[in-house]
Amino acid sequence: MTDAFQLFIAGISIGSIYAMAAIGFVLLWQTSNTINFAQGEFVTLPAFVMVLFWTVLKLPFVVALLCTVIVAALLLGVVVKEGMVDRLIHLGVLPLVIATLGLSMLIRYSLQQFWTPLALPFPPIFSRTAIKVGGVIFSIEEMGNVAFVAAVTGALQLFISRTKMGWGMQAVAQNRHLARTLGINVSALVLLTFVLNAALTAGAAVLIAPVYLVKYDIGLGLGLKAFYAAIIGGFNQIRGALLGGLLVGVVETYAGAYISNQYRDAAVLIILIAVLLFKSEGIWGVKEEWA
Amino acid sequence: MPLLEIRSLSKHFFRLRAVNEVSFGVEPGELLGLIGPNGSGKTTVFNCMTGILPVTGGRVYFKGEDITDSNPDGLYHRGIARTFQLIQLFPQMTVLDNMLMAGQERKGTMLGRLLSLDETEETERALKLLEYLDLSEVKDGLAANLSYGEQKILDFGMALMSDPEVILLDEPMAGVNPTVIKRLIGYIRDLNKQGNTFVVIEHNMQVVMSLCQRIVVLSQGEKIAEGTPDEIQNNPLVMEAYFGS
Amino acid sequence: MTRRRILALLVGIAVLLLLPFGLEQYKLYLASLTLVYLMLAIGLNLTLGYAGQISLATAAMMSFGAYAVALLVPVRVPFEVALLVGALFAFLWGLALGFPALKVKHHYLAMVTLGFNLIIYLVIRNWESLTGGSFGINAIRRPAWGPLHFTSDRAYYFYILGWTVLVVASAYWILHSRWGRAFRAIRENEMRAEVVGVNLRNYKLMCFAIGSLYAGIGGALFAPLLTYIDPSAFTLDRSFQFLIMVVLGGLGRFEGPFIGAAVVTLLPEALRASEGLYLIIYSLSVILMMAFMPKGLVTFWDWMVERVSGGRPGKAKAISVEKSAAASKSK
Repeated sequence: MTDAFQLFIAGISIGSIYAMAAIGFVLLWQTSNTINFAQGEFVTLPAFVMVLFWTVLKLPFVVALLCTVIVAALLLGVVVKEGMVDRLIHLGVLPLVIATLGLSMLIRYSLQQFWTPLALPFPPIFSRTAIKVGGVIFSIEEMGNVAFVAAVTGALQLFISRTKMGWGMQAVAQNRHLARTLGINVSALVLLTFVLNAALTAGAAVLIAPVYLVKYDIGLGLGLKAFYAAIIGGFNQIRGALLGGLLVGVVETYAGAYISNQYRDAAVLIILIAVLLFKSEGIWGVKEEWA
Repeated sequence: MPLLEIRSLSKHFFRLRAVNEVSFGVEPGELLGLIGPNGSGKTTVFNCMTGILPVTGGRVYFKGEDITDSNPDGLYHRGIARTFQLIQLFPQMTVLDNMLMAGQERKGTMLGRLLSLDETEETERALKLLEYLDLSEVKDGLAANLSYGEQKILDFGMALMSDPEVILLDEPMAGVNPTVIKRLIGYIRDLNKQGNTFVVIEHNMQVVMSLCQRIVVLSQGEKIAEGTPDEIQNNPLVMEAYFGS
Repeated sequence: MTRRRILALLVGIAVLLLLPFGLEQYKLYLASLTLVYLMLAIGLNLTLGYAGQISLATAAMMSFGAYAVALLVPVRVPFEVALLVGALFAFLWGLALGFPALKVKHHYLAMVTLGFNLIIYLVIRNWESLTGGSFGINAIRRPAWGPLHFTSDRAYYFYILGWTVLVVASAYWILHSRWGRAFRAIRENEMRAEVVGVNLRNYKLMCFAIGSLYAGIGGALFAPLLTYIDPSAFTLDRSFQFLIMVVLGGLGRFEGPFIGAAVVTLLPEALRASEGLYLIIYSLSVILMMAFMPKGLVTFWDWMVERVSGGRPGKAKAISVEKSAAASKSK
């Protein structure tokens, strides 16, 4: 029984990282109709950047983290939004989807070619010492992940529900045209969303790098998991993406432990298909009606 | 027996009661008008009747059969056609193609539509209708390139292609110039004389009063009056709904 | 079809027939591969470009054809029968997936097909006794009709060409039939289409299923081309590759898959000289092409056709009469 509980904690820990990527993904979709197939690479790139600032240049952790977030916000937020999304957004979903596919490949192969095809080690943020509480063993790292993500998500939730900018984002997500006619600067809000997404993926990068190591192709699996989490949890709510991420992490961990490593993905896929067939808006999602 | 009838139809959007327990019917061969101030729920009633929106309460009957919440394509096959307040065409297809599209699902099986390439009969029908509607000249142009008035008439023509038993027109005169209005009134009168049943939503009072044999008045989602044009014009409730007390 | 179009078609066919005699082995392989990809792209264009349904299951459908041929031909099943079995299997899965998936909205279908593709990949990779797992299947035989063997590269090219013609012709038929009109109507205004009697589910289902059928055919011809298949040919990346192909070529346009298949197959080869950089240049090209020609390269094709014929075929006659008058004046 304690085994199961420990696995649960481990699942929540990794799931919370998936959740960060999933939340960013959902934010992008809600405010700008962008299905970001490069979301995984949006995690990979900051991971490499963090390696640069922290391991190579040996800047203090907080400074390195700040620099990474800024670089991510600039490259993956501002540049991607102004340079790519703005151009394509009015043409419908598909050209943008293809462009993000191209972007995903571009980031991946550029890192492989110009940096290294090898996996770089990444020191853990939180200590890996184990603590024992009432017969259950878990590590500080696991707790740290969960706490960090909880704090970030909580802050995000407050921002969206309590600040003017947050309301603006909600308005744009629900009805772009109306928001624009009400004087809301839609373009600026979309930019904000992209920057927020970049910050979230940078955060996810820093947490997952010690686990996955830093390699050019870690984005492939991660991007998919963010996807699954968003779909399973609920595409139109932050809460959905969060719970979806946690669910994916837990299911994956249990499947890996009790069935086999090969079928970890299969378990999640089965849940995905079940959700799509029986509750297409996601387990915690809200049904959208035809206009 | 009414050809098309709604009983206690209600449509709620969360707490907004767009339509609340509305009942009326249209007899075969009748030209019924549906009027009311903006926001009174007329288009919502149409949308509920034609399967575009699911109803919250009440039933819809066609020839006595319950057709509530059917799919729009099912209603097409039963003989119900409609136009839209905001013009809905196939913009990148030619005018002729638009018409053919509106008529092609009428007969035959789906497989038959794949295997047989012969469309002479349908094309003749479409061309005749286009001539009747004075749209022959632009038949090979894209629907998107038509003027607003021409698009409205095309929308109308598409509703006719299926040889329907009842035609629902949602503000057919909205935003068009008087010449087009006259043309449309002419077509509707002609077709009604030939026995076609119409339900028309309109804001243009002159059109409604001169065209319709019977009128139903909605206000804020409820039916407040029903009767001949004379009765409606003299009804104080109707005056109040439109102009306030 | 106009006289000019028939002439262009005949020239095109002549080129395709003469091609294998002028090309050495690797380039002939590329030509054959392009034809196979063309069939897959036509299928996806049907699903995506005409019915607006995003499918990420192309690779899985392809795998059904490939493994059908790889597994059945060695047990004395005629090649064409094996091909049809694989294609039919893909068609039926298209129906099975499409049926529930069309209850859900637009983008969610992408997820169902994505999940399906991944599951099929996992099944292929793990069902070693059937598929050979990660080791794949070797020595896949090319078709033979009695004494006539299509084993040589050149002969097999012609065999593929034959099937390509069938696929292209049938796609042409479908798109110019009333089904084609219904597909276009669905793409342009789904609600209005339903109101004029189009049974959305049936038509979308057919699009999806036929697209899957073509993918199965392509897969069945793909396996003997490489003479070896393994699961790595049927990953999600492969489905993405076809998605790019179709959008890059030009969605919902008949010429689109031709352009897309040619470019996506040949561009990496043209860039091979740059060694490690070619994937980077390729992905950059994809982004740039989307940014500057979002309707696909068919835009460029249209422009060329306009220059050559002095008028836009198929659009309003008045415009083309004016343009050809202007063009003949300026000549």
